[in-house]
Parts: sequence; structure tokens; C-alpha cells
Amino acid sequence: MDLAATIVLNGLTLAALYFVVASGFSLIFGLMRVVNMAHGAMYLVAGYVGYAVFEPLYDRDVWYAWYAGLAAGVAFAAVFGAAVQVALLGWMQGQELRQALVTIGLSIIVADQLLAFYGGTPRQFFAPDAIFGATQLPGIGGYPTFRLVQIGVAVAVGIGLWLLLNRTRLGIMIRAGVDDRQMLGACGVNVPLIGIAVFALGAALAGLGGVIGATAQPLAMGADGRFLLISLVVVIVGGMGSVTGTAVGAVLIGLAEQIGQALFPTYSVILTFVIMVAVLALRPQGILGRA
Amino acid sequence: MLAVRDLHVRFGQAHILQGVALTVGAQPLAIVGRNGMGKTTLCQAVMGLVAASAGEIAFDGQPIQGLPPFRIARRGIALVPQGRRTWPSLSVHEHLRLVATRGARWTIDRVYETFPRLAERRRNGGTELSGGEQQMLAIARALLMNPRLVIMDEPSEGLAPVIVEQLIGLLRGLPADGMSLLLVEQNLRVATAVAEEVAIMVTGRIAATMPARQLAEDTDLQRRYLGVAAGGH
Repeated sequence: MDLAATIVLNGLTLAALYFVVASGFSLIFGLMRVVNMAHGAMYLVAGYVGYAVFEPLYDRDVWYAWYAGLAAGVAFAAVFGAAVQVALLGWMQGQELRQALVTIGLSIIVADQLLAFYGGTPRQFFAPDAIFGATQLPGIGGYPTFRLVQIGVAVAVGIGLWLLLNRTRLGIMIRAGVDDRQMLGACGVNVPLIGIAVFALGAALAGLGGVIGATAQPLAMGADGRFLLISLVVVIVGGMGSVTGTAVGAVLIGLAEQIGQALFPTYSVILTFVIMVAVLALRPQGILGRA
Repeated sequence: MLAVRDLHVRFGQAHILQGVALTVGAQPLAIVGRNGMGKTTLCQAVMGLVAASAGEIAFDGQPIQGLPPFRIARRGIALVPQGRRTWPSLSVHEHLRLVATRGARWTIDRVYETFPRLAERRRNGGTELSGGEQQMLAIARALLMNPRLVIMDEPSEGLAPVIVEQLIGLLRGLPADGMSLLLVEQNLRVATAVAEEVAIMVTGRIAATMPARQLAEDTDLQRRYLGVAAGGH
């Protein structure tokens, strides 16, 4: 019983991380129709840049080291995302294949630059004392506090995104742009500028995932590909461009991964793809996607 | 106010607009013509939604062709497009919130006074509205931008006769609000009731411009340019 509960909780904490990363991916796709293949690179670069800020502060035993690393990683990813949209993708609006290829190229360059800069050693953030250690949970026992924080962050991101999209003028513009981008421009809205803002926000979410993920488990080369793949799978399963759909997809994939690893470790990787294939066969637009 | 000179638009091989010339001043101008004559393309070209291959579009003496649509909109041109093109994921109220500016002549309150039906359905989504309600919403969206020129592309399309009468009343009131109107219509009755002057479009050109009364009374002209029998719709 304890084991089952632990596995489910592990699945949910993993899902939380997946949700944070994939929601940024989904947001960018929803408005911009860009399949951002550099989303994983944004995760990776935020992790490394955040760590570069974190490490010297941590060595000096400064209490805000982790928070500073988090802020630096997220901010860097946001600026990076905005720059990618301004300098590269904005020029090829509507050319989906070209955008996909450009972002793949970009992610290869970024990964190699990071390798040249920081070397191949894995890095891991140490969470601040307040969210370090274990929390006693009924029925489970001690459970890493940071993993619970991870769920809290995902819930906060979900609520924040919902409020942004449904309660603010920017959110109304984003939703209108998803429906009919051209008409939004004809109504006097600077759509390219909204696009830059959305790209920055989506990349910031990848960056947030990067620092959180690199606190929960070591950050190493290859994480970019992994998180890009997971974002794709989560968004395909949940439905493109829907925050709730992304949450559902993340929970399904997170749980499937953990349960699969517990029950049949050898084939657990297949399980997520079985889910994806099943969804594509039965409901190609995703569980909560609009046709 | 709006001056179009020798405007050409091509889509690949198709030469849709073949040297359109027209001016819209303070008074409404209606453009009539059969399907496929390029009326919608003209509206989209003025708004910057399709690129002109040659020619000039000037608004208040300033060239606007080649500008992105949002800049053209901010100079004071609003479009009520064919097919309404309201946003399905937005509620009625959100449509209005998106374009409303504070302290302008048209405010959200005034829209709700003018279109009580929209006030009743303010929480409904764009897809839950009837055709007439969607049209009102598309018009309200344009008016809320407080433009100096409104371009309307077939606003009476698919509306019940009683709604069409309301529409005529509303369009007639626009000049008093300081708004000029470029009205593209298939419905000759709406065109001639709203505008004093009517331009007839034939295969990508303005074939003739005449007083609305003349076109309304001359069935030969109607038959020749529009292919409709006397009385029209």
C-alpha cells in the first residue's frame, strides 16, 4: 500500500514538472503555430545559467542562492525566447516546416555551446533549507519536501496561466489570436509584439522547469531532448493549446512513467508511447483538444 | 479621406483587382457588384490583410499600403469583415473589452444601449450567437475602435429582414458620429438606402459611380451590372 502511494506521488511530482515545461510549449504552439523544437534547449540553458549564478552564492552560504539561480534561469530563458522570436522565427511566420528546422538547428547549437562552456559534468541545485529534507506524510512516511513544492509550483503555474488567459486583456488577445490572428491585427492589436510576449512567457516556463528539474534530479546533457520529447508527447496526448489538456496529459504521462517503472521496468519507456498512439488513433486532436 | 488609385492585387495567376480607383469622403460610399468581382479583396487590401501588387492607398493624404493591419487600424480604419469573423473562444463582453478605449465616443455601455441583445448575451461565447447577433458583435467591435472610416463587407448577408432594417438605421447614423463608411453590399436596397453615392464593381474595376437614386430607379442599369431584376432583393 505504501509502495503504491509512493509511486502515485512520484508520478504526480514528475507530472508537475512535465506540466510546467509542456505548458510553455503548448502556449507557444497555440498562438504562434510554431512547434518550438528548441523548447528543450531553453530548459537546458536555464538550468545551466541558473546554476552558474547559484554556485558561487551557495559556496558563500548565502540563503538566497537558490532563489537567485531560479530567477536568473527563468529570466535568461525568457530573454532567450523573445530573442529567438524577434531574430529568427518572426521572419518566417506561417512557414511551419522552416520554423521547425530552424529551432532544431538552434537547439543543436545551444547544446554544443553549453557543452563547450560548462563541460559534461552533471550539476544539481541544492534547494534552500526551507524546502529541503523530508516531510512526514500519512500512509507514506518521509517524502522529499522539494517534490511536494514541485506540485505546488505546477498548481501555481496552472492557476496563473488560467487567470492570465481568462482574466487579463493580454489573455483575451492571446485567445483571440489563436482563433483568428489576422482579425486581431485588423482590430489594432500589435500581434507580433504579443507573439514576442508569448514566446518569452513560454520560454520562461521551460526555464522554470529547468531550474526546478535540476533541483529534483541532476541536470546533464541530453535533458533538452528528453524534455522536448516529453513536451511533445504531453501536448499531443492532452490537446494542443489547452492548459487543462496539458495538465491532463502531464498527469497521464507522469503516472504512466512511474507505474511502468515499478511494474515492468524494462518496457516502461514504451508505455508513454502506447498512450500517445492510442490517443492519436482514437482522438487525434488530444484528450481535451478542439477538433 | 480614403483615396485608392490604380490598385492591383494578384493571387498567383489570378488578377483580382485591376486598377481600382475610388475616394471616400465624409459621406458613405457603397460598392455593389456581383460575386467574384473583387469587392472583398478590395476591403482586405485597404485594411492591409492582402498585399497590393501595384497602386496607391492613401488615408488622410498619407500612404498606408504595405503597413501591417494593426497600424492601419490605429490610423482610424475599422473593418467589419465578410463572414463576421468573431472569435469563437471569446465571450461577447471579451470582444468588446479587447478593442474598447476609455473616454471615446463609443464605449462598451453605449454598445450595450444600442444593441440590447448583446447586453443580454454578454457572457455567451462567440459560437453561441445567431448570425444576426454575430453581425451586431462584429459591427460593435468595429465601432468601439472609434474609427474615422468603417469598411463593411456585406453586413446584411444572411440577416432577417427586420434586422436588416435596424442595420440600415444604424448605418445611416454613422456620419453624425463622425464616421465615414465604405459599404460593400450585394443587397441593393441596403446600399441605396445608406449611401448617396454608389460605385459598381465589375471584374476588378470600378465600372461606374452614380447617385444611389439613379441606380435604384434604373432597372436596365441593375440588370446590366448586377444581373438582378427590378426591385432587387
